[in-house]
Amino acid sequence: MPTAKELQAMKSKHNVLATFSYDKPKVDKGYANQTLYVNIESNEIKSKPVTQDMKDKFIGGRGFDLWLLWHAVNDDTRWDSPENEICIATGPIGGTTQYPGTGKSLVTTISPTTEQVIDSNVGGYFGPLLKFSGWDALEIQGKATEEIIIVIDGEESTVTIETAPEEPVDTHILSEILTDMYAEDEDDRRNVSVVSAGRGAEHALIGCLNFSLWDVRRGGIRVKQAGRGGIGSVFRNKKLKALVVRQPGVSGDSNNPADLNVIQKTGVKMHREICTEDHRQERMRTTGTPHLIEVMNAYDLLPVHNFQYGKHDDTPKITSDVWFKLFTQGIPDGCWYGCSMACAKTVENFELRTGPYKGEIVRVDGPEYETAAGVGSNCGIFDPAAILELNFYCDTYGVDTISWGTTVAFLMECYERGIINKEHTGGLELKFGNREASLELLHQVARGEGFGLIAGQGIRRIKKIFADKFGADINFLNDIGMENKGLEYSQYVSKESLAQQGGYALTNKGPQHDEAWLIFMDMVNNQIPTFEDKAEALHYFPLWRTWFGLNGLCKLPWNDVTPADNPETDEPNKVPEHVDNYVKLFNGVTGMNITREEIILQSKRVYDFQRVFNIRLGKGLRKFDAQPYRAAGPVTKEEYESRAERYDGQLKELVGFDPEGKSTEEKLAALRVYKEDQYEKLMDSVYKRRGWTENAVPKIETLKEIGIDYPEIVEVVKRHL
Amino acid sequence: MITVNGRNVDWESGLTVAGLIKKMNYIFPQIFVTINGDLIKKDDYDTTPVSDGDAVEIIHMIAGG
Repeated sequence: MPTAKELQAMKSKHNVLATFSYDKPKVDKGYANQTLYVNIESNEIKSKPVTQDMKDKFIGGRGFDLWLLWHAVNDDTRWDSPENEICIATGPIGGTTQYPGTGKSLVTTISPTTEQVIDSNVGGYFGPLLKFSGWDALEIQGKATEEIIIVIDGEESTVTIETAPEEPVDTHILSEILTDMYAEDEDDRRNVSVVSAGRGAEHALIGCLNFSLWDVRRGGIRVKQAGRGGIGSVFRNKKLKALVVRQPGVSGDSNNPADLNVIQKTGVKMHREICTEDHRQERMRTTGTPHLIEVMNAYDLLPVHNFQYGKHDDTPKITSDVWFKLFTQGIPDGCWYGCSMACAKTVENFELRTGPYKGEIVRVDGPEYETAAGVGSNCGIFDPAAILELNFYCDTYGVDTISWGTTVAFLMECYERGIINKEHTGGLELKFGNREASLELLHQVARGEGFGLIAGQGIRRIKKIFADKFGADINFLNDIGMENKGLEYSQYVSKESLAQQGGYALTNKGPQHDEAWLIFMDMVNNQIPTFEDKAEALHYFPLWRTWFGLNGLCKLPWNDVTPADNPETDEPNKVPEHVDNYVKLFNGVTGMNITREEIILQSKRVYDFQRVFNIRLGKGLRKFDAQPYRAAGPVTKEEYESRAERYDGQLKELVGFDPEGKSTEEKLAALRVYKEDQYEKLMDSVYKRRGWTENAVPKIETLKEIGIDYPEIVEVVKRHL
Repeated sequence: MITVNGRNVDWESGLTVAGLIKKMNYIFPQIFVTINGDLIKKDDYDTTPVSDGDAVEIIHMIAGG
């Protein structure tokens, strides 16, 4: 960390390109009622009003982001077009301090890997501090010609665009430097949040953004990631080095809610529930999301060796008891004030063994389940130290751990099957389990050299390179390359759950589990056996989960802890008491009077709008919902034979095909025909339930019914009817 | 023979709810159990017998992400 003198010298090199002073509004019932527009090419900064229609139809958060982005781009805008924006917003409930999981920011842009809209939900303080600075959303447009930062100071009511030529790019250094640089004193550091990427995001298309928070108890910076879809790559492509927001004085009524009392009561009830139930349920407060490692392994759902398998004998080396010992305990680990779920775990005093920071002692934020499974089991790496090192470097380089894990797993399988060799990889032996190779490849991404330049492109582009340049069989690559819409799969094996196949691929942004996680309901509980049942689940749950993103909320307190009497309710999987909590929170903040059903309607508007947005960009139709076959069934002989009893049984019971005496190839082919047909039927059922055409286009009557039949939206839809 | 979540599972003498959960390798902590529609309390898993022919539901709450 630089000295105060060095910091001052660094700041003295800043050149202020634009300054905007504004009248800071008092946040009223969860809204600042204006958004901030910053053009880093023309250096224009201005305020835009939030209309009542925006609030009624798009609520906030992801809804506001999408509405602003829609009006900023054109049909031909691509990820690196100047007019592409990065939009960041929390939502009306965002910034509440009385209920867990209420400090999220939603980030959208046109993605470099999916070439359509991506959205990502992230912790850290930025979104709430942005709102309390007077802005419901921030949209950044244009491309700077030199390295810049944007500074929003809510106390001074100013926004500046400044050159920042000397600050390093990597997050763990940059976020700390800028926090110290813009905080008035040590106590003020808690009032500053920094958004940054890293040097990896400069050379890769799977770049992420890191959102910081100052951890008072640890006396240092923490970061949470807006990981999916390459938003960090867009950020660096714009020559954005960082965003800084500073807003002192966050309090329990900063949202100026309509009914503080109901929010406090609802919060107290929830905190009590977490205190009494979490240690009996998922132990989020002590082990965070990695508690899922052993669970997924037990149900054959943990991705192993590029999703070929769902469990591994070495899994006990990375299960929750291991992480429990490594995580610091006894410190409230929320990523926003007042989160008693406290699942944002860290490993302190970790000594790096490789890379530019070799030998340094650092804090590692995580790993989350997705990271441990992605860079760990899916790559055959069952070494906690290697997982932590990959976690740290992905974060500080600004590389998404989920996409990195899935991409490296794919590359390792290609290597082991002889599709690529050392000549292609520059000498890297990319075998499953080779932690040194995975780390070196990541460092190559950050340095912008060697095979790292290919690895950082994401699976969709890599497949094309391997086919075009290395003569690989594109059909096989499409079967084993775990991406849909250009986004790499998150870390669950979906082969035995048709509903989850839809939960992954019948999505707006691509296979990220935050739209729907239906594996237990479908595969284990057998609660949704028919296509209609699955379609209903793929209607309700994606919409329910969308709502968190409209309001600046985290999904985890909804169902990663549940009331003791939840099993006695009529729909335990929906956790009715928590749904009612969210209705109370929304009404308590906004002063409105919505019902459970209106939550789904609010989400439906934004969800269908996002689908139309994708269609406008040349995506979004049925063919883009196709999944790689490995998401549905065994691609190779080894996969089939590893679970021969299961698949033989499916052939007999479901397909009506007698496997006796048949070769594995014959059985693979028969099972594939069946599974692919099932997925097509699922698509039909889901589109019908969603009020879409067979080509996945929202019908005009659906748009009318939900109240978003704006002329420009209808015009896009009409082209495909 | 019993059914667990609608699927046939071999029954064995002396089977309890706790034994059945172990047999199925259902280690996820957020589950609840009904036998022939009756909710079984967690504290009673060790002592509640599962009889031949029972329809058992072992419902896992949604998780993930």
